[in-house]
Amino acid sequence: MSEITSLTLYELIKNIKEKKISSNEAAKSFVDRAEKSKKINAYVTENFENCLKLSKEFDDKPNFDLKLPGIPIAVKDLFCTNEVRTTAGSNILNNFVPTYESTVTQNIWNEGGILLGKLNCDEFAMGSSNETSFFGNVQNPIAEDLVPGGSSGGSSAALVANLTPVTIGTDTGGSIRQPASFTGTVGLKPTYGSCSRYGIVAFASSLDQAGPMSKDVKDSSILLEVISSFDKKDSTSIDFKRNNYSSELTRNIKGLKIGIPKEYRVDGMPDEIEKLWKKGIEYAKDCGAEIMDISLPHTSYALPTYYIVAPAEASSNLARYDGVKYGLRSSGKNLIDMYEKTRSEGFGEEVKRRVMIGTYVLSSGYYDAYYLKAQKVRQLIKQDFDQAYNKVDAILTPSTPSSAFKIGEKSNDPVSMYLNDIFTVPVNLAGLPGISIPAGVDKNNYPLGLQIIGKPFDEQTVLNIAYSMEEKINYKNNITDWWMK
Amino acid sequence: MTIDLKTVKHISKLARISLDEKKAEKLATDMNSIFEFIEKLNELNTDNVEPLTSIAETKLRFRDDKITSENIREKILKNSPEKNDDFFVVPKVVE
Repeated sequence: MSEITSLTLYELIKNIKEKKISSNEAAKSFVDRAEKSKKINAYVTENFENCLKLSKEFDDKPNFDLKLPGIPIAVKDLFCTNEVRTTAGSNILNNFVPTYESTVTQNIWNEGGILLGKLNCDEFAMGSSNETSFFGNVQNPIAEDLVPGGSSGGSSAALVANLTPVTIGTDTGGSIRQPASFTGTVGLKPTYGSCSRYGIVAFASSLDQAGPMSKDVKDSSILLEVISSFDKKDSTSIDFKRNNYSSELTRNIKGLKIGIPKEYRVDGMPDEIEKLWKKGIEYAKDCGAEIMDISLPHTSYALPTYYIVAPAEASSNLARYDGVKYGLRSSGKNLIDMYEKTRSEGFGEEVKRRVMIGTYVLSSGYYDAYYLKAQKVRQLIKQDFDQAYNKVDAILTPSTPSSAFKIGEKSNDPVSMYLNDIFTVPVNLAGLPGISIPAGVDKNNYPLGLQIIGKPFDEQTVLNIAYSMEEKINYKNNITDWWMK
Repeated sequence: MTIDLKTVKHISKLARISLDEKKAEKLATDMNSIFEFIEKLNELNTDNVEPLTSIAETKLRFRDDKITSENIREKILKNSPEKNDDFFVVPKVVE
């Protein structure tokens, strides 16, 4: 049998249920590997001792009816975990220890999952390379000095380095799908309202969604089934009939119509991305899908819209960090001075930039010109998808306009960093489900992903198409463990 | 449109983030390049478009007007940087 840490979630569950591996053995393997993988900088907070203890308790009284029986899992440090420090990658929450649990993580523990630790991410999930984290950048296990994507960069890195069998991230503009694409892994952003936002450190409330990140599509279906739930504690949680995503997973996608949006052929897109997309279209045809050309005419307005809506919501959400109720406090000569110094010292550059943009677009005299305008364009973007879905069942695009870039390469140019999310942002603006699956490599052998976008609440079709294409693509990461040498 | 240093300083006051001169200048440059990119939206006529405020299209749910949480005073105060018995402590605000 191959090493425990390289098993998929599905294989690990099977081995634990068949008592070939104990929960404690699994926990030990992941902890041992993490100890040798500090160079990746995937963890902000380790929960190793507790994980080993809880896995022993599981083995003493196992319950194999659970969906994640005794499975150790590390999660993005944006999910509040009861009595385990939660930082959101920010200095301002450096010492924050929640007294409550996010619904999504609670769902995981209820099904037998055990917390391994909290994974690094861009500060408040604002970033596309994990370089904005207060706790330092994360190495992409694919190659040295390469970014793992972001904001869920610690999650994608931990996954591909085999430090966790599966993980969860959050996606506001691409923060699950882009890091998945950069690391040759699978990342799914569910429909807005599928997974509860309760207990997730808020970035942009109308866009944020939690979702699974995994080594293959089947694992994402297993984890989605656990984390997707209606929750009264989240006023935007939607009460719809959720599928048994893993048992309903099928490779029969014959006759499904898949749309190819011409507007995603953006200027300056590298040839290898264009080729990958063409290859993807052929794979989809091989799987029995019918390919149709479609138009999403407002695509090029998605990023400018996003960079009004997201900072506006962020500036409002982040107003709570005032040095009074929790988090960092700097000393000041009066109350206002204390607020200003706390926020200046507590927030990093990118967060300040976005809070400033958000404050500006919401400020007196500019609201109509920017925020209201953006909400109107957001409507047009959503209508594009509504119209497309009258003709097709799903949409196929590249996940990102390039492969992973070098650490430091784009950190001084915010706009070029933002362009990373050009293919993922429209999906958040329209609240749709989208998945990134590994589909090939570029000239440097760095992974490239394809994105499948579905109708609202139709995660099952998205997963089924991904599952079918995954078999044809047959992508394998070649991880050399270079960071251990 | 350009965002000048004076505007950046005004916004930083509104956002309650103190900035030194150098950081304010850097932010002015960054914000200008970001807004140049955002200006693209002005190409579109949106006169008769309804703004999209919520993607979920659900009505807010009502709950019974009953207390559901236990006594969590201690939990609420646990992470406060400075407290005094049952209160958060802030710098003096009245003379």
